[in-house]
Amino acid sequence: MSLLELKNVSKIYGDLKALDNVSLHVDQGEWVAIMGPSGSGKSTMMNIIGCMDKPTSGEVLLDGVDISRESSKKLTDIRRDKIGLIFQQFHMVNYLTAVENVMVSQYYHSMPDEKEALEALGRVGLRERARHLPSQLSGGEQQRVCVARALINHPELILADEPTGNLDEANENIVLDLFAQLHKEGTTLIVVTHDPEVADAAQRTIVLEHGKVAREVINENFGK
Amino acid sequence: MKHFSLPVNNLIRKPGRTTVLALLTAFLALAVFGGSVVVLSLRSGLNSLEARLGADIILVPSQAQSKVSFQNMFLQGTTGAFYMDASVPEKALEVEGVEKAAPQTFLASLKADCCSIKIQVIGIDPERDFTVQPWITRSLTRDLGDMDVAVGCKVEADVGEIIRIYEQRCKVVARLEATGTGLDTAVYCDMNTMNTLLRAAEEKGVSHKIESGDQVISAVYVKVKDGYDIDAVNSRLNGHIRKVTAVRTRSMITGVSDSLAGVSRTVTVLIAAVWVLAFMILLLAFLLIIRERTREFAVLRLAGASRGMLSRMVLAESSLCGLLGGLIGVGLAALLLFPFAQLIESALNLPYLTPKPGTVLLLAAGTVLLSAAVAAFSSVIAAYRLSRVDPGAALREGN
Ligand SMILES: Nc1ncnc2c1ncn2[C@@H]1O[C@H](COP(=O)(O)OP(=O)(O)OP(=O)(O)O)[C@@H](O)[C@H]1O
Ligand SMILES: [Mg+2]
Repeated sequence: MSLLELKNVSKIYGDLKALDNVSLHVDQGEWVAIMGPSGSGKSTMMNIIGCMDKPTSGEVLLDGVDISRESSKKLTDIRRDKIGLIFQQFHMVNYLTAVENVMVSQYYHSMPDEKEALEALGRVGLRERARHLPSQLSGGEQQRVCVARALINHPELILADEPTGNLDEANENIVLDLFAQLHKEGTTLIVVTHDPEVADAAQRTIVLEHGKVAREVINENFGK
Repeated sequence: MKHFSLPVNNLIRKPGRTTVLALLTAFLALAVFGGSVVVLSLRSGLNSLEARLGADIILVPSQAQSKVSFQNMFLQGTTGAFYMDASVPEKALEVEGVEKAAPQTFLASLKADCCSIKIQVIGIDPERDFTVQPWITRSLTRDLGDMDVAVGCKVEADVGEIIRIYEQRCKVVARLEATGTGLDTAVYCDMNTMNTLLRAAEEKGVSHKIESGDQVISAVYVKVKDGYDIDAVNSRLNGHIRKVTAVRTRSMITGVSDSLAGVSRTVTVLIAAVWVLAFMILLLAFLLIIRERTREFAVLRLAGASRGMLSRMVLAESSLCGLLGGLIGVGLAALLLFPFAQLIESALNLPYLTPKPGTVLLLAAGTVLLSAAVAAFSSVIAAYRLSRVDPGAALREGN
């Protein structure tokens, strides 16, 4: 069953086509990697799927709802209820502790629950650093906090834009292991990456070039 | 589960910013609360002076610069004495339109061995008096007996204590309520006691010329019958009684109320200026905060906050800040005003009576709420702008 479907989506800045008539679909529970050279439109696409931006033309169906036509209020609701976002940069509120940064997500979703937030930090191996401020955490640790924050509300879809771009091998493996676990639990994952190893972990890789889908590769070795 | 409130958390984690904003509103609250208390105190001082004077016209001896000394006596409590013939009250009652005429006798005690304190002694005739007596009645249910005195609230003597005036032992039987005027520094007795004291003073060589034996008086308080024109009665009194000047009490008080109006105006202008200034600074401070917090708000937006939630958060933070500032400002004003009421009174040279605790509390609560409202209001633009942050764009810029 298809969770996400893009139909002839374009995003045009002046005379630059950041996305040029892109069509694709992602199934419920699927783990997809997106690759492509710099400037090929990967982040642009993720921002549109993540309800942070709207396409110039085309339809974006998420769970059957065309999010390219929704009001900004409705988009906030959809993002809060269905999507977990992870970026290359570690976006934390710098005067809140690790566990509070995770709780912020619960705060706007339902009710802050510290116990649950601590468990989520435990999943990314940061149970002991819960009371630290971002400035007291390494980059890799900050990114893991962001991952914990993205999954705290059990989103259907996790969007990660170069989540391991700034991480060392050890941290990258922690994040990839977690993705594998989320995949097993039925979460749909879309991961933008430049790293072939990260792409290899996914079931399918979509390659963008000049704002167009250049090709798709099914990972025959998935799960092996 | 630990309670988690983002606005409170933000205020605690940014103590510098919170302090600056709170102090700005504290400044506002200080001006509003302090100014209002001063104006109210002056107003109740004037009211109480008016009530205490109670009379429409006061008769004083014409030879002295009586009006001036009289006014000083009432407003500042400077001691003094002036005397006239004891028959003046009777003569006054002969004048058409006069309802009541009550004599009072003034005597200043010395700061010397013979007297425990330097004060103004005021003798009243309980039978005829209609100005001081009702005030005494509130603290003392019976009449003043021989060698009994009632003391104003600023006289340092307790009920039951014996004070010496010209070697005479007087018993303090009542302490009177505050009026905020010079009357608070006086001691009150009946005419018998006053005569004893006058004679004792004479023996001490206090240079008042007192015609022996006879009762002497310093002033006569006149109440005009309803329906009569006070000015007309005033000039009839001036014509009828020799060597005595009739003064309308209003004319003594108008000087006071004029200066009061002046002080009120100044305070009001000052408060308004502080408001405009503080509001502008707050507005600016919040506008500066927009830039500082854009990224933070973008992150919160991505974490699922709606625009409404974010603007409510800004308003909650600023009104909490304002609440805190309001409390600080009111507290500071209270610390400055109430212990130094005396100093303010002598600096302003006007009757000054701190309003009742209930009124002060109400005023304090109002000021605190107002501070919160002003702080919230000055953050409206910031709340709007921050809630409209485009998370995608803001975070891209951050990189
Ligand atoms: N707000 C914008 N205004 C104008 N041009 C933009 C804007 N956002 C992106 N672009 C352009 O759109 C194109 C696609 O950008 P995008 O960020 O999607 O690339 P990307 O594939 O994520 O690249 P990278 O791998 O470097 O992150 C780029 O040429 C970029 O300059
Ligand atoms: Mg990108």
